[in-house]
Amino acid sequence: MRIRRLLVANRGEIAVRVVRTCRRLGIESVLAASDADLDSLPARLADRVVRLGPAPASASYLDPSAVVGAARAVHADAVHPGYGFLSENPALARACEAAGIVFVGPTPASLEAVGDKLRARSHAIAAGLPVVPGGEAADLPGAQAVAAEVGYPLLVKAVGGGGGRGMKLVRAAEELPHTLDLAVSEAAAAFGDPRVYLERYVASGRHVEVQVLGDGTRAVALGDRDCSVQRRYQKLVEEAPAPLLPDRVHTEVAQAALALAEHLGYRGLGTVELLYDREREAFYFLEMNARIQVEHPVTEVVTGIDLVAEQLAVAEGLPLSLRQEDVTLTGHAVECRINAEDPTADFRPSPGRIDRVVLPVGNGIRVDTHVQGGSVVPPHYDSLLAKLIVHGRDRADALARARAALALLRIEGVTTTAPVHAALLADPEFAAGGVDTAFFERFLSGARLDLVEVS
Amino acid sequence: MDLTPDDVRDVLHALDSSGLDELHLELADLTLTVRREGASGWTAEQQVLRRPVVEGHSGHEGPTDSGRSGHEGPSAAVAEGMVAVHPPLLGTFYRAPKPGAAPFVEVGDLVTEDTVVGIVETMKMMTPVHAGVRGTVVEVRAGNGEFADTDAVLLVVDPASGTAGLGEGAS
Repeated sequence: MRIRRLLVANRGEIAVRVVRTCRRLGIESVLAASDADLDSLPARLADRVVRLGPAPASASYLDPSAVVGAARAVHADAVHPGYGFLSENPALARACEAAGIVFVGPTPASLEAVGDKLRARSHAIAAGLPVVPGGEAADLPGAQAVAAEVGYPLLVKAVGGGGGRGMKLVRAAEELPHTLDLAVSEAAAAFGDPRVYLERYVASGRHVEVQVLGDGTRAVALGDRDCSVQRRYQKLVEEAPAPLLPDRVHTEVAQAALALAEHLGYRGLGTVELLYDREREAFYFLEMNARIQVEHPVTEVVTGIDLVAEQLAVAEGLPLSLRQEDVTLTGHAVECRINAEDPTADFRPSPGRIDRVVLPVGNGIRVDTHVQGGSVVPPHYDSLLAKLIVHGRDRADALARARAALALLRIEGVTTTAPVHAALLADPEFAAGGVDTAFFERFLSGARLDLVEVS
Repeated sequence: MDLTPDDVRDVLHALDSSGLDELHLELADLTLTVRREGASGWTAEQQVLRRPVVEGHSGHEGPTDSGRSGHEGPSAAVAEGMVAVHPPLLGTFYRAPKPGAAPFVEVGDLVTEDTVVGIVETMKMMTPVHAGVRGTVVEVRAGNGEFADTDAVLLVVDPASGTAGLGEGAS
């Protein structure tokens, strides 16, 4: 079915991003906005706006019936859920299906297959992907049996967790009974699901992921990304391709991601997240994200592919227009997430009114943002203000251009993390490439003084 | 209608060859200022002026709530001698560490400066609210899950009774 009118059921920069592709493709965009977002930049850019509900996300962006109600009210053919909120929620996908509206995302079955960590892990194993050694721990004897195979240190993870939530480190066997009890009760309270599993703890790991796109029959891999620069499991900087990986690993991660997508009969955009063990030079499946990612632009600039357009095409039921051999990577891209947070005060949120937004422009520079002078950043949602994406001939060139572009970027009125990026881009260890996920906290503890000077 | 990044790039190319350092465009729905920034590059400042076209229909039945001041918040006044506890930053106030759990404090509880009396969720981040004063909680004014500005009164503490209750010397 051809999409003529698309409901954008999200906010922030991803809403602007989807609206832009709609305009390019001649699709009418209708933004579903909460009361806090009715006058946002995405609301001004969309062809039309429909009210989704009150400001709290639970009554608007997280309410499947509100989203379907809005789609019906404006006679939308399709719903684009963006990322976060309901993007991977099978209930929304089902409700859209029942209402005869195209859900721009995978089938409910795929969402269910990858939404549960244990189920995703067994699908990955069935598709032949390596997983971090570990297994389910129904009770203490079961956990001790798994621990004997995995070895210490290990992690206890909540099945319902994710994004770093519901994870506990166990250093030695004597800690296991207590930590297991704690993890089970916390998992039950936090996620409504007491199930936990154990996993080997990788001391120095990188977060490497592969972008895939499937039409339900066939899939293509669109290169890899590295998102190892993280603070409390939130990504700050992403790049494509993942630097300093042996060619063999680039090939193997792409093949692994394709194997999983094909095993699932996957339709839509997806990301296969992997943990790369720097010491063993081995990778393990972590999870699959069944949506567009925040960091998708680095893949877009090195491949030259509009991922939102491809996502819409496969949602319409069209077969993939790309063959694997059509996918070529050019140069290197980095993305800096500029958040409304105060890095000198433990990244405390900084909502409020934006006075002025001045952005760098030029070849190889792209800024995805949802703010301009006069915008209000509401306290109800996440703190992402803008993403600076820079494309260079190679990694060194991309970093140099990113430093120059960042120096020109000014977002006034709220405190932002831009100075952290300036310090990070000047850091020799980051510039050398291939840092692990523990790097950023280390960097931050040594960079405090520099930060104060920069800001 | 805004300008796409490609449009801005076209403007830039024209400008670069013209030798001009700044261009200011005013269209019906938008203003754009492109500036040369030394040798290092160019910047753009864009202002989309178009008003959103909001449909009458709604996906959600229920009253419109601006999300910031849709209803009257709790009164900001406290009785003489009493101390108001405000949130460290604006956000959604929670009285308990997680849904279903017991509140951090109840009326009658003794608190010290460092006692956590609630949490405020701002931009998906949780910040503890400390009493900031030693005394007895005499009122919990903000409801669980209620939105609170930085000047909102979450709780009221009686500092005098607290000092006595903790068995310390009279001040």
